[in-house]
Amino acid sequence: MDSVADSQRTLYPYVTGSSVVAIKYKDGILMAADMGGSYGSTLRYKSVERLKPIGKHSLLGASGEISDFQEIMRYLDELILVDNMWDDGNSLGPKEVHNYLTRVMYNRRNKFNPLWNSLVLGGVKKGEKYLGTVNMIGINYEDNHVATGLGNHLARPILRDEWNENLTFEEGVKLLEKCMRVLLYRDRSAVNKIQISKITEEGATVYPPFSLRTYWEFSAFQNPTAGAEGSW
Amino acid sequence: MSSIGTGYDLSVTTFSPDGRVFQIEYAAKAVDNSGTVIGIKCKDGIVLGVEKLIPSKMMLPGSNRRIHAVHRHSGMAVAGLAADGRQIVARAKSEATNYDSVYGDPIPVKELADRVASYVHLCTLYWWLRPFGCGVILGGYDRDGPQLYMVEPSGVSYRYFGAAIGKGRQAAKTEIEKLKLQDLTCRKAVIEVAKISIYGVHDEAKDKDFELEMSWVCDESNRQHEKVPEELLEEAKAAAKLALEEMDAD
Amino acid sequence: MFRNQYDTDVTTWAPAGRLFQVEYAMEAVKQGSAAIGLRSKTHVVLACVNKANSELSSHQKKIFKVDDHIGVAIAGLTADGRVLSRYMRSECINYNYTYESPLPVGRLVVQLADKAQWQVCTQRSWKRPYGVGLLVAGLDESGAHLYYNCPSGNYFEYQAFAIGSRSQAAKTYLERKFNNFTASSREDLIKDALIATRESLQGEKLKSSVCTIAVVGVGEPFHILDQETVQQLIDTFEIVREEEIAPADPEPAAEQGAAADQGGTENQGGAENQGGSPMDI
Repeated sequence: MDSVADSQRTLYPYVTGSSVVAIKYKDGILMAADMGGSYGSTLRYKSVERLKPIGKHSLLGASGEISDFQEIMRYLDELILVDNMWDDGNSLGPKEVHNYLTRVMYNRRNKFNPLWNSLVLGGVKKGEKYLGTVNMIGINYEDNHVATGLGNHLARPILRDEWNENLTFEEGVKLLEKCMRVLLYRDRSAVNKIQISKITEEGATVYPPFSLRTYWEFSAFQNPTAGAEGSW
Repeated sequence: MSSIGTGYDLSVTTFSPDGRVFQIEYAAKAVDNSGTVIGIKCKDGIVLGVEKLIPSKMMLPGSNRRIHAVHRHSGMAVAGLAADGRQIVARAKSEATNYDSVYGDPIPVKELADRVASYVHLCTLYWWLRPFGCGVILGGYDRDGPQLYMVEPSGVSYRYFGAAIGKGRQAAKTEIEKLKLQDLTCRKAVIEVAKISIYGVHDEAKDKDFELEMSWVCDESNRQHEKVPEELLEEAKAAAKLALEEMDAD
Repeated sequence: MFRNQYDTDVTTWAPAGRLFQVEYAMEAVKQGSAAIGLRSKTHVVLACVNKANSELSSHQKKIFKVDDHIGVAIAGLTADGRVLSRYMRSECINYNYTYESPLPVGRLVVQLADKAQWQVCTQRSWKRPYGVGLLVAGLDESGAHLYYNCPSGNYFEYQAFAIGSRSQAAKTYLERKFNNFTASSREDLIKDALIATRESLQGEKLKSSVCTIAVVGVGEPFHILDQETVQQLIDTFEIVREEEIAPADPEPAAEQGAAADQGGTENQGGAENQGGSPMDI
């Protein structure tokens, strides 16, 4: 018999992706993430897609363990395939997919074998915009804007100040770029290769990667310890 | 029938003295009484068509489907007991998803047909089961191109250029043989299936209303199994009705 | 005596390709008191005839709520019907737990039919086909639906349908009217349900004590109307009935004739007329 001590659970992630930031805008949902995959603190992979369309109405963004994300994609692909094969005029919308993910994540955490991710799920169905998130311990909520990881600390204060319901696509992209730029400056695992995607009633589009223009000559960057009393 | 009353025809696990298993033959009878189902292989894909008999006028069109998707690239049409057919479809679906999750590649049509046939055959081997009262035509598209299989209640499965089961199978087969399948596109084949095989085979005097149910897997559908688009189906039906009238006029 | 050897097992095919045990199970549906269903674009109404076994007993419940958006009316073995409604309830709850949204009616019906199918294809001493027919009424994102689930594992979607004893009369009424049901209002639907119920009573007076009515529709969760409401509706409808009969004089007579034809044989679904097995519809 295996004793409890013989079996070891996942204790830490191996290859991880950093923050995902997403907002509602006039026509749907916008989502942004960079393409880095960190092996510990090594930037090991530089072209990891972390934004994926799920069926007709949903868009998934993932941070955390990349392999677990790939496993989740396998679950969802099968879920959507089965849903499509019914071909009966019913389909799973973003709310349903989000709730499904919530159940999966919480179940796994209760088995002490979590899927090591923070997920963002957005979508539009029948004119209804939906944006929610769920993390590795099953905490989940809906909001007008969400962010995972460090984005929760660095991007959401910006979004709280500047987000509004009627953002156009261009304004939305600009706002997300602002968030991603702050993350790029202050999150050491962020990389400057970014993808943005949108989902509207018409469906999902993941845009090709691009880089943000940066300026590293700010005085605070040149002498980071100045004014930081008590820092080493 | 000579088999009746001999006592050799009561169990699927009993051979008759001349080496037949009557229970399987009886199950096949249930298929022979069903609305006609046909499938043809064209140069760019597969077309499946079902003559679905409608027992009550209060029944809604589109209900009680006989063509089912099995995976992205394959579908199945059922003749005989629709309820038995669903069980075979359910097995086919699980074999297909299982293969996909193990090998990360969609199941080859041949493999799928083999596995479905084994399952159907399994039900002819035990006294506590009964053979399925349905035959299925399986169409799919894989790296070897479009393929068509038919699985019968006995569990045999063959690959076909064109296949037909149910009431009007003989007439349907004769008509399919006249087609030049090598040159036929699916778009044209949809019309042919409607025209020759379904409206031509349907016995208006004996059977009540029927609905034409059709699906395809072809280059035009991006090698996905889906219902034939509404407007094409309507076009096919119109062409078939016209052909029928011309035939009657002669 | 010449005995049918092929009718005692669900696993034995008769030479003509029929399964008698399944057909007999379908007979059980005809023994039960009538159940009726009809739908419009937005609403489905279920109705059933209540029969008490004796003067001293109450009647068996024949309409069950499955979820806020689904309900069933049964005819046949009530105990089998309850087993199946319990299954449907748990499927709805499980789906709701996973997706936080209601289970599409058409999918529940297929799951139910698959369950019935399993009973029909294996022979164990503790297994037999379910002896019950279910009219499943429900609402989902593709609209209002009415299905009939049969012991054979078949299911059909209908605009309107009636099952159970003396249901042919109700069906005859529905067949005459069903083309207008799509556009019907909720009240008209209930009225037609009551008239159809009356048809299947054949002579007996329609009272709220002999029938149950249930409704599900847009903005209206599935619920069984209470007896007073039903009586009120019957009272208002009784007036309507006179209006209706007056202009269409020849019709009631023809209807009675049709009903009398069916009295003895109780043809179900007209399937037998085809000559083949009723199962391969």
